[in-house]
Amino acid sequence: MSTAKEELEQEDYAEIYREFEAHINTGGETIHPKRMPGRYRTIKNYTMLVWLVFFLGPYLRWNGQQAVRFDIPARQFHIFDITILPQDVWMLALVMLFFALMLAAVTSIAGRVFCGYFCFQTVWTDVFIWLDEKFEGPPQKRRKLDKAPLSWEKVRIKLPKHLIWIAIGVLTGISFTLWFADAPTLWRQYLSLEAPLVAWVTVGVFTFFTYLFAGFMREQVCFWLCPYARIQGVMYDRETILPTYDFHRGEPRGKLKKKTTESGDKLGDCIDCRQCIAVCPTGIDIRDGQQEGCITCALCLDACDAIMDKIERPRGLIRYASLDEMEGKPPVPLYRRPRVLVYFAIMLAAIGGIVYGLSHLGSIELKVLHERQPLFVVQSDGSIQNKYILKILNKTDKAMEVRVSASGHPRLKLIGADEAFPAAPGRVTADTVFVRIPRDALKGDSLPILFRVEDSADPTHYAEYKSMFFGPSQ
Amino acid sequence: MSDDKKGQVTDTGHVWDGNLRELANDPPRWWMISFYASLIWVAVYFILYPSIPTLHGYTKGILGWTQIKEYKKELQEIEEIRAPYENKLKGMTPAAVLADRELTSYTINAAKVLFGDRCAACHGAGGAGNPGFPVLADDDWLYGGTLDDIQESITNGRQGMMPSFGSQLSAQEIDTLTDFVLALSQGKGDSVPAGKALFDEAGCSGCHGPDGKGMHMMGSANLTDGIWRFVAKDQRESVKYTITHGVNDGSDPKTRQAIMPSFKDKLAPTDITKLTVYVHELGGGQ
Repeated sequence: MSTAKEELEQEDYAEIYREFEAHINTGGETIHPKRMPGRYRTIKNYTMLVWLVFFLGPYLRWNGQQAVRFDIPARQFHIFDITILPQDVWMLALVMLFFALMLAAVTSIAGRVFCGYFCFQTVWTDVFIWLDEKFEGPPQKRRKLDKAPLSWEKVRIKLPKHLIWIAIGVLTGISFTLWFADAPTLWRQYLSLEAPLVAWVTVGVFTFFTYLFAGFMREQVCFWLCPYARIQGVMYDRETILPTYDFHRGEPRGKLKKKTTESGDKLGDCIDCRQCIAVCPTGIDIRDGQQEGCITCALCLDACDAIMDKIERPRGLIRYASLDEMEGKPPVPLYRRPRVLVYFAIMLAAIGGIVYGLSHLGSIELKVLHERQPLFVVQSDGSIQNKYILKILNKTDKAMEVRVSASGHPRLKLIGADEAFPAAPGRVTADTVFVRIPRDALKGDSLPILFRVEDSADPTHYAEYKSMFFGPSQ
Repeated sequence: MSDDKKGQVTDTGHVWDGNLRELANDPPRWWMISFYASLIWVAVYFILYPSIPTLHGYTKGILGWTQIKEYKKELQEIEEIRAPYENKLKGMTPAAVLADRELTSYTINAAKVLFGDRCAACHGAGGAGNPGFPVLADDDWLYGGTLDDIQESITNGRQGMMPSFGSQLSAQEIDTLTDFVLALSQGKGDSVPAGKALFDEAGCSGCHGPDGKGMHMMGSANLTDGIWRFVAKDQRESVKYTITHGVNDGSDPKTRQAIMPSFKDKLAPTDITKLTVYVHELGGGQ
């Protein structure tokens, strides 16, 4: 016994299931997007060039050294004139915070700009698709070739493309490793097959995954592997501008030759030419509305604009627009969007921290460990002696002679610090010193002691550390 | 593409509440590939590494990998790092080690473990001392605090001797001597003139010296400083006990035991050198 209302509901559910069914792309079918020129195509071509930094960066020299080098074995990061040691790595956390928040802020303003224009997955995929087209021709030909049975002709066309794909993978891997070693040396080692095992493994892994991800998995990575795609829903809001199909203007869609729908309504501007689907690198239909598969590369905007020009209708049937705009609400300026403001505030704080860190790197770092066993020793003259181990980190790249001093009590005697001693660059030098204070001069059972280590050649290079002096309880 | 399938929803055929259907979409292909790849991985792993338990052990795997082999390999790596230092240390005197800053640093770190194993049970961690066992971190040495003295103490051991005076002196005389020794340690020896006389008369000065400063030759304690060989809460009682029963005096069953064993046969010469440097650098070396 089902009422009319219930039947209606059943139909609604069926519709929901159809939606699910229609959008699941599990990689069963290869997507062969069409490439066409346009405004956003040009923008993407330029933004992709960011990755030249990745390929060319390691060759940049600075003062006779590699400008940027992440020396993991020596635990030092060299970035132009700056050397960053593990002790400064808190700045790396701020750098990551900055980029994470930048991602959030940009997503909140203009959607997945990173995915569409910068992400290595989409950029490498784009290059690989370009190679598809160069070797195999436009999408129809590529589909036909894919379906064709294996033949010499097919191998002749496909093999060079795959070799170039692999070559790009190898170059990607090598370029990655070059950031961690001296680039010319490592190249020589690669060419003479003498590179360290870890380098070969890294290149192998990069080659394999570049070939697999950019050559075969492509949009599947964005769909099923990338977490960013999954959290975009919480990063968008009503004011976020995204490539949007203006359904007010487009619907009801229909072929250009028809003037009205079957029921007699006037047709919208969408002529259902499916060009937006043809160019989409993830194979989605933007007319279905905002969806997880959209990487906001805006290539469908180019495609639609080209068609609109041809049929002499205004551009922008698919355009960057916000949900508010679609609903006819006035746009909210950036400075009145609290979320964006908070993002920018945190980004500023992170930059502030990094600037502070870089300007306060210092040339010496000092840590003083107070010996606990024994906490103090009574000497034969009745004075109390404490032992300290100084860990002196020379953060410059030159050897220096350092001198230790201590203060905190007028009758304090520092033992074991008469001579300056060498502190090797980039390394921690340990030094043991003793502090003696006459027992009768001690008030209370502890007092603070300030240690100072300075470069004997240039006392402006110094570091201080506050430790404690302990004596017997009175 | 997906339009062809419109209206056809593959499901498992299970329906709940009249309208809830369970969709039967295939898992993504890449997921299935990874799944089969991991099955192959497991098979290869089982062949290469020890894995399947059997009644009397387990399958060994063709690589012959074991944890103990890996451990030994890592140990070997550490030995290789240590080797240059260890080779350099061979036949070196403690003084020569101390002249080399880097070698000293290595030696002290290496000897820390040795000291913990061999010495700390009596002398305490870091040479902090224990009741009845001397502090090594101060500048008061029974047998001298030079490198040679320390090396000799470790190599051949030490066993000082103080005779028991319980049978030679009256209880009152022992009290007077005790007062004198306690006063001496505070630099006020003159305040007990009777004690001073008794000190010479009973023969104390023979070992502890006429001024009570002790002699490294015999290991007799310096009585003029505030550091006690047999430290106790009731220092007066402790001093009195030492005078009455002596130290290492076989004739008195209640005598104090104070023996530093010889490590000549227990430690390699290099280890003794390391310990000498370590003890010297604890804070009181001379």
